[in-house]
Formats: sequence, C-alpha cells, structure tokens
Amino acid sequence: MTQAFIRHFTILRNVLSRIFSPPLAGMLNIIVIGIALSLPAGMYVLLQNGQSMVENHSDSPQISLFLEIAAKSVDIEKIKNKLKQHPGIAEIEFVPRDQALEQLKHSTGLSDMIGGLESNPLPDAFIVHPKSSEAHALEVLKNELAGLTGVDQAHLDSAWAYKLEALLKFGRVAVLILSSLLSLALVAITFNTIRLQILTQREEIEVSKLIGATNAFIRRPFLYFGATQGLLGGITAYAIINTSLLLLNHQLDSLAQLYASEFKLHPLTLGDSLTLLLFSTYLCWLGAWLSVARHLSQIEPR
Amino acid sequence: MISFSQVNKRYPGGYQALRNVSFKIAEGEMVFLTGHSGAGKSTLLKLVAAIERPNSGSVLVNNQNVGVLRERALPFLRRNLGIIFQDHKLLFDRSVFDNVMLPLQICGFDHREGVKRVRASLDKVGLLNREKSNPISLSGGEQQRLCIARAIVNRPAILLADEPTGNLDVDYAKEIMNIFRSFHQVGVTLLISTHDTNVLHDRDVRVLSLRQGELQPAENESRLK
Repeated sequence: MTQAFIRHFTILRNVLSRIFSPPLAGMLNIIVIGIALSLPAGMYVLLQNGQSMVENHSDSPQISLFLEIAAKSVDIEKIKNKLKQHPGIAEIEFVPRDQALEQLKHSTGLSDMIGGLESNPLPDAFIVHPKSSEAHALEVLKNELAGLTGVDQAHLDSAWAYKLEALLKFGRVAVLILSSLLSLALVAITFNTIRLQILTQREEIEVSKLIGATNAFIRRPFLYFGATQGLLGGITAYAIINTSLLLLNHQLDSLAQLYASEFKLHPLTLGDSLTLLLFSTYLCWLGAWLSVARHLSQIEPR
Repeated sequence: MISFSQVNKRYPGGYQALRNVSFKIAEGEMVFLTGHSGAGKSTLLKLVAAIERPNSGSVLVNNQNVGVLRERALPFLRRNLGIIFQDHKLLFDRSVFDNVMLPLQICGFDHREGVKRVRASLDKVGLLNREKSNPISLSGGEQQRLCIARAIVNRPAILLADEPTGNLDVDYAKEIMNIFRSFHQVGVTLLISTHDTNVLHDRDVRVLSLRQGELQPAENESRLK
C-alpha cells in the first residue's frame, strides 16, 4: 500500500517537473487551458446570477386587471364569476377603487394631495393569481383577460423577469455550444501536448519496452501528465473567474448604490467549482489517453 | 533454455538475415556467437528477446515459443532476460543510479530493497563511485559496464550481450569478459555475440559461428582452445 503510494507519488513528482520544463511553456499551456475553460464557465456564472434574479422576482406571478372607471357593480359581478370559473386561475382578489385610494394615501404619504382630488381617479381592480407560472401561458392568459368586456387593462407583473428568463434560455444554449467547442479544443490541446511529450521521451519509452515495461506502465505518466495539466488549468480558470467577479462587483457596488439596491454577482458555488475542476481534469485526461493510444503503439524498439 | 529450430528471418525488403538456423543452449551455458558484421548475430539475439519475430521455425526460451508470443506477454518474457545492447541504450536525462534503477521500477520492486540491489549491481561492474554522474560523462568502457549493471540488476536467468566489447581496447574487453565469466560461474545462461575472436582464444567455451545468416556446420558446436 505505502509502496504503491510512493510509486504514484514519484510519478506525480516527475510529471510536475516535466510539465514545468521549460517553465514558461508549461505555464502558457496551463493558461491557455484556463482561458478556454473560463469563457464558458464565466458565462455560466453570469447566467446563474441572472437565473437567481429571475427566481427572486417571479415565484408568484400576478396579473393586475384594471376595470373601466365606469364599470357598474353588475359588470364587476359578471367578471368575477368568469374569473372564478376560469380553469387557468388559482385565486382572485378584488380591490375596490375606494380601498385602492386609501392604500395609495397610506403608502405614499400623499394624503393631502389625494384628498384634494375631486373624484377617485383609480379604477376597481382584480388581482389574479394564475395557476401556471410559465411565461407563454401567462402571456396568453393576460391577453384573454384584457379582452373581457369591462376590463380596461391587464398588466402582467414581473413581465420583465419572464423576458429575462427567455434571454437566459438563449444564453444557456450559447454556453452549451461554446463549452462543447472549447472542450473539444481542450482535448485537442492535450492530445498535441502529449504527442510532443511522447516524442521527446521516445528513447525512454523504447528502452523501457526493451527491459520489460508493460504498456500500462508506460502509459501511466502520460495520463498523469494530462490529468495534472487539466487540474492546474481548471484551477487557473477558477482564479480567472473569481478575480473577474471581484473586479466586476467592485464596479457594480457603485452602480447598485445609485439604484439604492444591493445587487451582487455571486461566485461559483462549491459544487460548481468542483465540477469545473473535475471536468477539466477529465477532459485533459481523455486527450492524453487518446494521444497515448494513438502514438505509443507506433514506438516499437528495433 | 534457448532452442532454435529451423529459424528463418527475412526483413521487409527481402533481406534474408537468418537461414534455417537450429541450435540448443542448455541452462547455465556460456555461448559465444561469432561472425562478420551482417552475418545475423544481432538478428539472432533480437529473436530471443522477441524484438523481432521469425518468419518460420520456432524460437523457444524457457520452453516458451517466443516467436508467437502475444504482445501483452512480451514484458514478462523480457523481465527474465538481461539484455546488453550494442549501442548501450542508456538514458542521458538521469543519473547512473537511476539508469540501473529503471528495470526495478518497471517491475514495481520495493524501493529500499531496490536501492541495495542497484548498489550491488554497480559495485559488481566497478561503477559504485560514479552513481551520481550522468552517463554522458562516462567513457565508452564505463558506459558498457553501466549497461551490464542495468541488465543484471533484475538477476535474470539469461543474459544476452550484443557486441559487448565492440569498440573497446583489449584491457577493457578482458575486464568485461571477466565480468561475464563470473556470471557464468553463478549459473547464469549467457549468449554473447562478438566479431572479435581475440577474446575467445583463452577461453574454453562453446562457439556458434554465423556466416551470411547460416550456422557454419563445421564450426557448429566447435570448441576453441
């Protein structure tokens, strides 16, 4: 057990010294991997932030239904019955115009000014809680309700959240495409790096084969090489993302103050960070594996 | 231990390196393989280590037909052989010590035990005081001895040497022959190729003589005095 551990540790130490010899080339390789990963991962972080914003604002979508000022109580009763029987509506709430005026007085502190009004300018209103919270269904329902006789306007609250969500869906597809392409690039980068490694260690491979090394023994350091490079690239990507978020948040702070809000970009979660590291390690391991499988059999001692 | 029966080897391109070669080497025997360069000595040794495969005939090593050995079984055949290469095949990116350590690492040998073995091996060929040097700083004779140290560190039952005294002056060559002699005395089977018949005159050993890929019947099994 300890023997095996020492053996693997020795391989790892050799691999690390190989990755960084020459130091600049190794570093550049890792930075390239880091940048390739940080692009999709960074976009993903922004999307996640947008997503959490949407979720905060759209968990209980409402449609406000403003009636015509002249609406009679008979009309109101009709509309109420229709709304109650509507299959897409979970609950309704009636806000009479007088009550709305009272609320306005209290909430805005404009009671003096409102008291000076000759007549109540506010209409009667229904607040409708739809069953579905899906953007398209809400839009359809809103249009339907706006068309009822006696209804002046239907207003979908948090409509912007749904628009943002639609945008996020678009973004998610973009991230998916970008990350697939860059993953492919990552595999290609490692494939080539390992190919060069194999060429530079050609002699060692030949000699090792001659004195009884199994293919697994020869393959191992190259796979370690790929995986280690991937892990270091993943760590670089993590650093790039979190540093960028730090810089962005710094600027966002002053912006948020102007809007009297406390909006902040959240960094990668622990789970996402681990996924990033594992994913990059795996991809580079895969590239190394493909490269080794392709090139090692071509080196036969003669 | 080693037995060839009607072995033919033709390289791609048509060059016939060995023709109908048959012989047997018993366990613990020391056998010299002579002939001019191009006579097929290296090819014969490569067939034993399955570096090359015969076109026809069978090559048995330890009763195993190595000519048809599966790729995956090759490493385990070679671990039982010590091979001393004509061109040394030393690795110049590591120390003398690490060169000798390589076969043990390949077998997954216990590290501390391995260090002892490497030292013993280096001691045997007289290179113990050079263990930290780079092989490139060694002379031709020393490089040859380092190659021997690497071949014996595994304590193989069979030792193959391809022109071990090829470019060495007479004193060095004698020294190396004495090292082989001592292996022979502890029961190692040796097959040594050489074009330099001088080293044979003072030895009572069996000689296989190759000419243009054929074993010479007259000299076959001959013993020089």
